[in-house]
Amino acid sequence: MIDFDFLVRWLHIVVGVMWIGLLYFFNFVQVPALAQANAEASSGGPGPAAITKYVAPRALFWFRYAALVTWLTGAYYLLAAPQYSLHGVFTLGLMGETVNFQHTLMGFGAWLGTIMLINVWMLIWPNQKRVLGLVQATDAEKAKARRVAFLASRTNTMLSIPMLMFMQASNHKLPFFM
Amino acid sequence: MNPLDSLGGTVAAGFVLAIVLSYVAKALAGV
Repeated sequence: MIDFDFLVRWLHIVVGVMWIGLLYFFNFVQVPALAQANAEASSGGPGPAAITKYVAPRALFWFRYAALVTWLTGAYYLLAAPQYSLHGVFTLGLMGETVNFQHTLMGFGAWLGTIMLINVWMLIWPNQKRVLGLVQATDAEKAKARRVAFLASRTNTMLSIPMLMFMQASNHKLPFFM
Repeated sequence: MNPLDSLGGTVAAGFVLAIVLSYVAKALAGV
């Protein structure tokens, strides 16, 4: 009576929107806002404290757990859905007797999403903890952590564009080289 | 200059990567 696979795919899309939505919030809103807040702090502006104390930690919490749940629900769906297999997708549909191009396309999306998840948990979150003062760090360590977190976040923003294209293309077709 | 330092460069790099990977995917699969 209930299509559980549909529910998991639905949840995958909902939490995926939360993950990528917060990623775009960081890149398109918070980073420019912090730069302006820092620039205007010495001329009477309120400074970045409210963002770094109240907004960034909450946004990072939902961001990193949405990333994890997006990957887990995606992996479950690849295991459960009859047209996919986890092995087939992560080997890009190239390991069978004939090439499975649907697996190739989903595989590119799945690998890009996996790289993005690793970036979130191995680069963005550990470095943001130093930047936000949740972990002790010197000013030099904070400056380096800020740059690494920034570049990892920008890398994920860049990767999200082909990732979302491949996830769609798997059930439709590529927009290029048709 | 790193294209990831600007938002425009980041988005442009994403679309370029999408086009390049489309070609790679089709070439790998031989379709």
